[in-house]
Amino acid sequence: MHRRDLLKAAGALAPLVFAGRAFAAPAAGSSRLLLVFLRGAYDAANIVAPVGSDFYHQARPSLALAKPNPADPHAALPLDGDWGLHPALKDSIYPLWQAKQVAFVPFAGTDDMSRSHFETQDTIELGQPIGGSRNFRSGFMARLADALGQDRPIAFSDRVPLCFQGSDHLPVPNIALAGNLSGGIDPHQAQLIQAMYQDGKIDKNLSQAVAQGFAVRSTVAKSLADEMVQANRGAVLPKGFELSARRIGHLMRDQYNLAFVDVGGWDTHVNQGGAQGYLADRIGELGRGLAGFVQEIGPEAWRSTTVVVVSEFGRTFRENGDKGTDHGHGSVYWVMGGSVRGGRMVGPQVRVAAETLNQNRDLPVLTDYRGLVGGLVQRQFALGGDRLNMVFPTAKPVGLDLI
Amino acid sequence: MLKPSHKRLVCGCFALLASGSAHAAAPAPTAFLDRVTWGVNEAVVRDVTARGQRDWLEQQLRAPAAPLPPDAQAQSDAMRISREPMTQLVVEMDAQNRAANALTDPDQRKTARDAYNKDMAELLREAQSRSLLRDLYAPGQLREQMTWFWFNHFNVQAGKRDIRTMVGDYEDQALRPRALGRFRDLLEATLRHPAMLRYLDNDQNAVGHINENYAREIMELHSMGVGSGYSQKDVQELARILTGVGVDLKPDAPRLKPQWQPLYVRSGLFEFNPARHDFGDKQFLGHTIKGSGFKEVEEALDLIAASPATAHHIALQLATYFTGDNPPQALVDRMAATFHRSDGDIAAVLRVLLRSPEFEASLGKQFKDPVHYAVSAVRLAYGNRVVLNTDPLNYWLQRMGEGLYAHETPDGFAMDAAAWTGPGQMETRFEIARSIGSGSAGLFKPRGGALPEQPAFPQIQNALFYQSLMQRLSPNTATVLTQARSPQEWNVLYLSSPEFMHR
Repeated sequence: MHRRDLLKAAGALAPLVFAGRAFAAPAAGSSRLLLVFLRGAYDAANIVAPVGSDFYHQARPSLALAKPNPADPHAALPLDGDWGLHPALKDSIYPLWQAKQVAFVPFAGTDDMSRSHFETQDTIELGQPIGGSRNFRSGFMARLADALGQDRPIAFSDRVPLCFQGSDHLPVPNIALAGNLSGGIDPHQAQLIQAMYQDGKIDKNLSQAVAQGFAVRSTVAKSLADEMVQANRGAVLPKGFELSARRIGHLMRDQYNLAFVDVGGWDTHVNQGGAQGYLADRIGELGRGLAGFVQEIGPEAWRSTTVVVVSEFGRTFRENGDKGTDHGHGSVYWVMGGSVRGGRMVGPQVRVAAETLNQNRDLPVLTDYRGLVGGLVQRQFALGGDRLNMVFPTAKPVGLDLI
Repeated sequence: MLKPSHKRLVCGCFALLASGSAHAAAPAPTAFLDRVTWGVNEAVVRDVTARGQRDWLEQQLRAPAAPLPPDAQAQSDAMRISREPMTQLVVEMDAQNRAANALTDPDQRKTARDAYNKDMAELLREAQSRSLLRDLYAPGQLREQMTWFWFNHFNVQAGKRDIRTMVGDYEDQALRPRALGRFRDLLEATLRHPAMLRYLDNDQNAVGHINENYAREIMELHSMGVGSGYSQKDVQELARILTGVGVDLKPDAPRLKPQWQPLYVRSGLFEFNPARHDFGDKQFLGHTIKGSGFKEVEEALDLIAASPATAHHIALQLATYFTGDNPPQALVDRMAATFHRSDGDIAAVLRVLLRSPEFEASLGKQFKDPVHYAVSAVRLAYGNRVVLNTDPLNYWLQRMGEGLYAHETPDGFAMDAAAWTGPGQMETRFEIARSIGSGSAGLFKPRGGALPEQPAFPQIQNALFYQSLMQRLSPNTATVLTQARSPQEWNVLYLSSPEFMHR
């Protein structure tokens, strides 16, 4: 199907309103939360880097970022006396830092010490207490959606991630936004298919899921109509994560307020590079994407939006023999938003030195992500203790005064 | 879209064939076949009609792991995983990996690592392709379904460490031959396979460095079931029993003290190394297991397999897989009793299930999981015409989140319908229906060559449809199908229908 046809398809599908949830635009000022999951354990220590520590430079002879120096475009950008930001984020995230709209939480993570990608990703997505038996059908974002009642969740991924599984209410929709989104069912066929599912004998949830699936796609198609007009005029569209992130900004401005997206490619065991190279390219793309998201969501919605960037764990503090890093522990999480009290490093910290490493290997975790995210959503959505306890059972919200 | 004149012609064909079906014999047992096979098609209906349903089922329960029809078997035989034994593959790939890592020049090393990763990816793709060819064309359809079921039950994930080199063999040699045999044998075959020992880290489990991962999953997922009465202490004791059970890629046995040499066990890459074993006595499931070496593992597996909790857990899993969410308690109880009485004879348990009135009553009502959805669509669309490329099918499974060997956690893919009925999932299915229904979607484009795609157009509106499938449609679906503007669109709609989503 051509793009023009997709546009027509979007128009034709517009009247197909179902169950009512996804289609009321968020009320002005209503809160929005986007969780960005960097899968593969990004090397936080080279993105938000402890450049004030001599040990950092000793431990990473080939990877470390240079101390801030206005004359050196490859040097870290100054955050505070201890920390510097990767130069690949100069035009994207650093302006947000200067506008005090991004805070970094170093020494963040989980108590999960397995150093297994899968296990620790699950730990984070489930958000359940460590050590108990896990319920693999109950993710914390789904519980948050339940606790919020009428809100509009969506996963921008090719399947519903674990964190959004197990909602009590309607199933959480998912849609992958990368690349060309045409190729779906045409509107005539969509109407015919929905008609087949309107039979009273069909499971009600299935009928709703079918209607919602088409509705989400039509919403997305409508929302991206401007982008397609631009494309038809020959404008160059961004690629990769930046394209997805801009689309997410557009959709969260108008349609959804509780969202998830994951970004892979962070497992840098070999040749990860320093100020330039593989990791610099990845982080540059992430930064451009997030800045594009801020631009697309627009200043008004941005004021009530929080973006939290997490990863399953940090990496070994010392570089390995392959000019890369291995699986570690503590990470740096990002909290961004128009109302975030940013421009600062937040949460408990220790001096980075050989003797303060966890197991002489990696950074310790001083801020548990359940408490961090719990404290955030408590403030942002005004969740009472009971409802917060549904989302993160037994976790104590950490009051970092971020919002 | 067809021109109006063609449209009339198509409609005329409908009428002709539909009137022909009025003279057909009793409807084929398509609902039954949709459940017991990977999807109904004309060939299997012919087969079951010729034999009679009861005999056909009995043959399915007893059929050995047989070769495929020649066109499909030739594809399978040409694969590296079919030509080289797993032991050799693992050792070769390990050597390739080491050689790549030993290169000092960064560019050379990158080239060598890329080649290694490409070869590993190809081994995985071959295993996926062989498995799909069997699902599509194996005469022993029940065995192939049970192979998928047991893989999911004893899940491993190909992405971890070097499991890509082992996963085809794990399915082919450990699971498939025993899929309808004794549960006790299956349990031990998985325990002796390096893919499982790697996946659940038992190759790291040694005296003084206990790793409980595998011991816990044996009890929780593979046999008795969580909350069935075993204790944390039982898990710890089983972990001690399993110390020294691991994987060894080296050709020679390790040097051992003389008293340990007779206790060393080696079979392919599987190894029991007494130097890594905890020889203390263990208290396991209320029994004392004397420290004796690998014999302890055999004793523990006997206890586990004979436990009533295992009979019940396996019966429940099988009943859920073959009848849907929340199977009737009475049925599960009868299956568990048969499991117990028959010493875990899987075919005997399945016979109770598949001949039961509860099973009959559930037909047509179970939501297909993604694998069933995609495989049944290709079986229905192309019958026994063998696809030349399973990559599109593989890709669809990944898009629907049920890629072969892709489930990361040991619990396997969910069997409940709710896991697969989300809005994005349904939308993805309709797109896949569109791919299959409107052309051959690359299934007949041979891999790796410049050869053009062979002409193939799915014929779902065939005699089978008019004789049987049509009668299972709701009035809504039947009405919508008459509104199709072309045979392609008719296919898309049929493959998108609620009736085709269920089995």
